[in-house]
Amino acid sequence: MLDILKRIVKTGIVSEPQLKLADLLDERDALHAEIAGILGRALAIRQVDAGSCNGCELEINALNNPVYNIEGAGIRFVASPRHADLLLVTGPVAKNMEIALKRTYDATPDPKFVVAVGDCGCDGGIFGESYASCGRVSNVIPVDAEVPGCPPAPAQILRGILSALAKPRT
Amino acid sequence: MSDPRPTVAVMPSWLVIERVVRSHWSLSARSERDAGAVLLALWADDRRDLGEGYLLRAAYLGASRLRVIELALDEAAPAFPSLAEIYPAAGCMERTVGDLMGLQADAADSRAWLRHAGWPADYLPLRHDTERVARFAAQAEDYAFVRVEGDGVHEIAVGPVHAGTIEPGHFRFSVVGEKVLRLEQRLGYVHKGIEQRFSQMDLQDGQRLAARVSGDTAVAYSWAYCLALEQLCGTSVPQRAAQLRAVLLERERIANHLGDLGALGNDAGFGFGLTQFSLLKERLLRANAHVYGARYPMDGIVPGGVAADLSIAQIERLREQGMVLEAAVVELRAIYDEHAGVQDRFVTTGRMSPELAQRLGVVGLAARASGSPRDLRSDLALAPYAALGVQVAGSVQGDVAARVAVRFDEVMESLRLCDLLLQNLAGGAVRTDLGTAATQQLGIGLVEGWRGPVLVALEAVADGRIRRCHPHDPSWQNWPALEHAIIGNIVPDFPLINKSFNLSYSGQDL
Repeated sequence: MLDILKRIVKTGIVSEPQLKLADLLDERDALHAEIAGILGRALAIRQVDAGSCNGCELEINALNNPVYNIEGAGIRFVASPRHADLLLVTGPVAKNMEIALKRTYDATPDPKFVVAVGDCGCDGGIFGESYASCGRVSNVIPVDAEVPGCPPAPAQILRGILSALAKPRT
Repeated sequence: MSDPRPTVAVMPSWLVIERVVRSHWSLSARSERDAGAVLLALWADDRRDLGEGYLLRAAYLGASRLRVIELALDEAAPAFPSLAEIYPAAGCMERTVGDLMGLQADAADSRAWLRHAGWPADYLPLRHDTERVARFAAQAEDYAFVRVEGDGVHEIAVGPVHAGTIEPGHFRFSVVGEKVLRLEQRLGYVHKGIEQRFSQMDLQDGQRLAARVSGDTAVAYSWAYCLALEQLCGTSVPQRAAQLRAVLLERERIANHLGDLGALGNDAGFGFGLTQFSLLKERLLRANAHVYGARYPMDGIVPGGVAADLSIAQIERLREQGMVLEAAVVELRAIYDEHAGVQDRFVTTGRMSPELAQRLGVVGLAARASGSPRDLRSDLALAPYAALGVQVAGSVQGDVAARVAVRFDEVMESLRLCDLLLQNLAGGAVRTDLGTAATQQLGIGLVEGWRGPVLVALEAVADGRIRRCHPHDPSWQNWPALEHAIIGNIVPDFPLINKSFNLSYSGQDL
């Protein structure tokens, strides 16, 4: 137990200040007001791998590490689409995942947002479209924001999530 | 001028390719099994355009060589003898040959594997005369899971969309109370047509696709692909390039093991472990970004060498980070080892005995934790590993604790190897010209990725394009093992056991 405490003290607080993350965006305050206006205080995300190579998942998982500490910013990943405000979808959408992705989308309560992550989620990437691949996420469900990259870094993914929320709703 | 001398592929000493007659297909498998070899891959090629019908291939990995057995199949009657009785892992590979190439094994289980209902059964994506632009409407599928019957038995269906940030797949548990009687996996959800895509690409670009077969194993796949291609071209890369490739591979192994060690602590209810290890991993990735220009240098290995050389300052940075990392891992290992709650969850959980591992033909990290000390870095000792004296980690316990211990040992060994490599880098170039690839020859790349042996089998056509590329992930062998390791355990231990194997969906779904 003593060793654990010693290690914790030695590690210290490594989370980068929220301000620094928000620096990624110019209109931080407006954005926070937007999030609060739409969703209350917290944002619940359901991640769906619709066919990725698992590279994007590595970086999405990294958002939960103590450096990014997104839970400290009121953003958390949830286990069911029924609890989610936003779907974070990686692609390309495999044909074998098309129905599961649509069902996940339908199970997410309104108002809902969708962010497509990675080059493949944005445009099909190196896999493109084929008998087995539907290509980009927006070919299957409506998408609010896209985050290119192979894989995109955690900060880019976070920026994409916030930009989806900032987008005016029709 | 227009007709340079044809390239002759240099067949490495560890590779044997033999063609057998039909009756010897199963016999050779039996003798390989009796000699202790594992079935590493099984795939088919459409050679009707060459007047050769179809060609079925099985690759057996022994202690210090790979034997590829080929069986020619008649165009008119393309059925073949199943090896599933001899090597259980052959079952899903044979079903895949049926799905993608339309060749059927005479096995008891003839259900489709990678084909769900996304495209019709008569669409055979790997045949050369198949329409490449065909698109089909998705249909819901009714898969015939094996039913377990008896008093109080019920089923739990999980997936394909899982509760965490992981890849999709379906698990069907048959349970009594909390105890798992049987687990049946249904994979193939992330099948995205990788093999068909390969045959539309040129040899140079193929590396990028290989790196994306399973993103967490990008370096190993890239390297295996490049080895296969360089074999076809009769090229070998400069020593410095081989060393820099190994640094990338070992850093990929360290990153994945650190991630798993944290997640395993978390799944045992020890959130401290996740926090600490995910921080170490983040620091490793940031050093990658600084040195390689990418947190995940997926395309750091390229045909002919590596994408970029390292400066003296970059080498120093990587070495310094290695030392800091080593001290932290030693400290955290002591904490894991002495934590009664964590050990209580790890020890005896999800046990796969050495006998079972051998019978199932398990490979890689999971096999090493169950008494099979195989590691390509030591067994084949290809450049630059021959000079490094790789210490192979191992245990005979076969439980979650053993797979954790092997990861700890491998992190330490990889840190040692990285330091040794960076300290003794040869001078000279880091990339060489490839020349022309031989056609009508099979190039094989083999690399010990962090999960286990990764194989890439490559054939070229005359215009510098890919004829056929088959990438093979060790997850093919180890998914069936997970079905066995869970038996008799309780359902709540499944996430922990599953994570202790941490197999690739994308790598096996292709």
